[in-house]
Amino acid sequence: MNHWIKGVSSYAADIDGLFWLVTALIGFWFIVAQGIVIYFALKYRRKEGVKAAYITGKTWRELSWVFIPVVLVVMCDGWIDVATASVWHNVKETLPTADHKVGVMGQQWAWTFSHEGPDGKLGTPDDIVTVDDLHVVVNKVIHVDLQSKDVLHSFSIPVMRFKQDTIPGRSITGWFKPTVPGVYDVQCAEICGLGHGYMAARITVQTQADYDAWMKAVAAGATALPGAPAASPAPAAAPATQVPQK
Amino acid sequence: MSAFQVPIATNRCATGIPTGRLAIWWVLASEIVIFGGLVTCYLLFRFRHPEWAAEAEHTKLAAGALNTFVLLTSSLFVVLAHVAACNKDTVNARKYLIWTILGGLIFLCVKAYEYTSEISHGYTITRSVFWAFYYTATALHGLHVIGGMTIMGLILPDVAKGKNLQRVEYIGIYWHFVDVVWLFLFPLFYIASAAS
Amino acid sequence: MTSSSVHADAAPEADSHAHHAPQSFWSKYIFSVDHKIIGLQYTLTGIFMAVVGVYMSYVFRMHLANPAAHIPFYGVLSPAAYNSLVTNHGTIMIFWVAMPILLAGLGNYCIPLMIGCDDMVFPRVNRLSFQVFFLSTVLLLVGFMAPGGAFGGAWTSYPPLSAKVEYNLTPHGNVIWLLAVALEIVAFLLGGINFVTTAMNSRAKGMKMFDMPVLVWMIVIATIIFMMSVGPLVAGAVMLLLDQTLGTHFFAAQGGDPVLWQHLFWFFGHPEVYVLLLPELGVVCEIICVFSRKPLFGYKTIVYTTFMVGILSMIVWAHHQFIAGIDPRMASIFSLTTIIISIPVAVIMFAMIATLFKGSIEFKVPMLWAIGLIVEFLLGGVTGIYLGSSALDVYFHDTYFVVAHFHYTLIPLVAFGGFAIFTYYFPKVTGKMLDERLGRIHFWGSAIAFNFIFIPLFFSGLAGEHRRIYDYSGFAELTTPHMQSLRTMATHALLVMIAFQIPFVINVIKSLLKGAPAGANPWKANTLEWTADSPPPHGNWAELPEVYRGPYEYSVPGREQDYWPQNAAN
Repeated sequence: MNHWIKGVSSYAADIDGLFWLVTALIGFWFIVAQGIVIYFALKYRRKEGVKAAYITGKTWRELSWVFIPVVLVVMCDGWIDVATASVWHNVKETLPTADHKVGVMGQQWAWTFSHEGPDGKLGTPDDIVTVDDLHVVVNKVIHVDLQSKDVLHSFSIPVMRFKQDTIPGRSITGWFKPTVPGVYDVQCAEICGLGHGYMAARITVQTQADYDAWMKAVAAGATALPGAPAASPAPAAAPATQVPQK
Repeated sequence: MSAFQVPIATNRCATGIPTGRLAIWWVLASEIVIFGGLVTCYLLFRFRHPEWAAEAEHTKLAAGALNTFVLLTSSLFVVLAHVAACNKDTVNARKYLIWTILGGLIFLCVKAYEYTSEISHGYTITRSVFWAFYYTATALHGLHVIGGMTIMGLILPDVAKGKNLQRVEYIGIYWHFVDVVWLFLFPLFYIASAAS
Repeated sequence: MTSSSVHADAAPEADSHAHHAPQSFWSKYIFSVDHKIIGLQYTLTGIFMAVVGVYMSYVFRMHLANPAAHIPFYGVLSPAAYNSLVTNHGTIMIFWVAMPILLAGLGNYCIPLMIGCDDMVFPRVNRLSFQVFFLSTVLLLVGFMAPGGAFGGAWTSYPPLSAKVEYNLTPHGNVIWLLAVALEIVAFLLGGINFVTTAMNSRAKGMKMFDMPVLVWMIVIATIIFMMSVGPLVAGAVMLLLDQTLGTHFFAAQGGDPVLWQHLFWFFGHPEVYVLLLPELGVVCEIICVFSRKPLFGYKTIVYTTFMVGILSMIVWAHHQFIAGIDPRMASIFSLTTIIISIPVAVIMFAMIATLFKGSIEFKVPMLWAIGLIVEFLLGGVTGIYLGSSALDVYFHDTYFVVAHFHYTLIPLVAFGGFAIFTYYFPKVTGKMLDERLGRIHFWGSAIAFNFIFIPLFFSGLAGEHRRIYDYSGFAELTTPHMQSLRTMATHALLVMIAFQIPFVINVIKSLLKGAPAGANPWKANTLEWTADSPPPHGNWAELPEVYRGPYEYSVPGREQDYWPQNAAN
């Protein structure tokens, strides 16, 4: 899908590959079915003196016109399902060991991110807390710990092919591994009220050196949080520490 | 408005089951999924919250047991009413229907006593999700009891005159359903407590 | 419901039709118990609500094309109004357009006529059903006048957003919305019991189960799916209402579970798609047979596979929740069931296509809409495979790809199917023929414009654009000129599609005033409704028909005529 959107996580290529597999299979069936409909519609136009054939489709012989293609469709379905299950297993069912952990708290209508502080642990007082501004290191497995303060949100980074709802009262862990440095969009994908459309954030994927420099800069000028994008109407007071996990 | 006349369609019977009985079964089918949905939700929560067993201790087991008895007895009366209606015995059909309604009334009185006592002890609907389920399920059931009693009241005059006697059977089927729902609610909310 | 009309002693059918005396305007058109009038009441209410729903889509599409600009016939759209328009557009199009037109309107009008009886089995329950539905319609629209505005938490109404005023900021709108939906469901339950009982019990003399037109089967199966899936949502609606009004915590984080609502909603919400799909497929079967003069290919196979669709539709719901925090292992199961359900649907589609084979196809306007439905629905159907695949859904969930996908299923069903029904039955309902030329202009204009609305949206979804976003300016990847051009193209195509409804309106008015008389059977169809007068009188037939054969005996070898009405003795 690189033509439409960059893929910058380790599993983006898997998901895109699945996309093309499905496209090829259903594209074939779509064109065949469409072609037959249009061919029949043109070929069997009413002609004076030509009577339609009396075909009821009651015998198995006639029904095989329907069932043979259906069996082929089932085989395609099976192929798609196996491919899906393997990608899904990789993306959502397994959790590779984390190099870094990030706390993500959704609230109306901003994202609060907690980065591991200099001690390399999340949930300690030296955590670096930002609003709508997430920093991660390239080629490291990032665990995101997703929570919500109020309603459902959905933490979506399209370029990473990452998306997961955040649910109040629960803590859900997801993972991704960014592969290309850059600044990308984070969207909220679940309607969360009046400011849903303004719940935008950025993710900055950077090299270890850049990340360390950023961390130092933030720690030094700790008085001010890095600014939220101007569009966000409610730069909520960020909590000093992450809410303890369940 | 011109007087309503029953269309021919109503009295056709391609399945061999009278239309009214067929319809009442479909009503029950759609009711079953309503209560089924509610009870399933409750069960899912109940398995996740063992502490609800302690909450369930505060429902009134004796009152619930009494109500179970009352409701089962009223179901017996509605069967007797049906038998009477089959024999065109309008006097007894009417009598047993009234007894069934009385059964419903006693049930509601006991229920009202339970609610009053529970609410006055602070077990209100907002106390916890257990109590929210308790009030929702029992009130929904109570509304069905009231509905059944109302319909019985409405068909009484006709029954007394010997008209539309098949309706005794239909309301009886419905009343049994109301009874069966209670037989699910009673163990779930009263018996399955920490005390037992 | 139990108190409804059941006569103890069956009146013999012969001395029947004396009772259809002249009636006043009110009892004839407003408080009628006649299934045809009730069907038309449902349909007209549905058409009115369709205009409302299209107006809403016009407003928010205009806003998306020109953010914050003044919109003609509306003004400037605020974020709150945007949310409530998006929410109510969805709600209205599903519950107040698709359901009343495709299920209630069509079912009420056609079932008694197609199975050869004089009315529904419980006409007064039927009337009550429409009255409850009408009340729900008024209630939903009243929501827009409530202080704080109409509900804006999406048609799925996920709590906690929908449960608490401090989150959704619509203190009355959310309760009104929920009550309106609940009432609407009650209306359809009342109607549904009528549909199923009528089809089971009141068939014409000689009509066996498999002599019923497929349309009746499909409506009945759709109704049963509805009745069997909506119950948990009713229970859920009661729970949500208590959360909203009394402050219980069924769906709150404090002791409750927000995801539970999603299960209850989608346990109904997905079968609902098939509730809308099946009547439409039924109509297409009827129309294809009539206009290609061929028997339906594999009648019984279609009916059986439809039952399979119904059963499978009950076990696919969680594919709406792949990323909603359910157990990932569960997702694999639902992904499998979702992809399996494409099998029976494929059987039905292939059988419909096979029906065209060696036919004598005449492209009258209803046939154009029916073939258009198949062609467009195929795209909606196959794009569903992407979303049923859990791993791909991670990316596509809640993007415009989903929007484009379900509009490609629902617009063919509701708009194409709706117009197919309208143009097919217009001669029966009014006794007048529609103009073919205006009908063709309407079809081609609408069908082409429709593709230009939603194909761009597939691509904006592929590029990662999410739904229900008021303002894209916060997202660098989505503010490019290319992305904006996709939005603008969709909006312009929508305007074109709306403009192409003008020929339709002219056509209807013109035909009502001076259309050619239709006669009883303008399409030379077999099914029983075409043996009644156009329009059929109260009671439908002077003498109820008797049936001798199945509904699809077209082009039977050895017969001079290429059709053979079900009630013709020979």
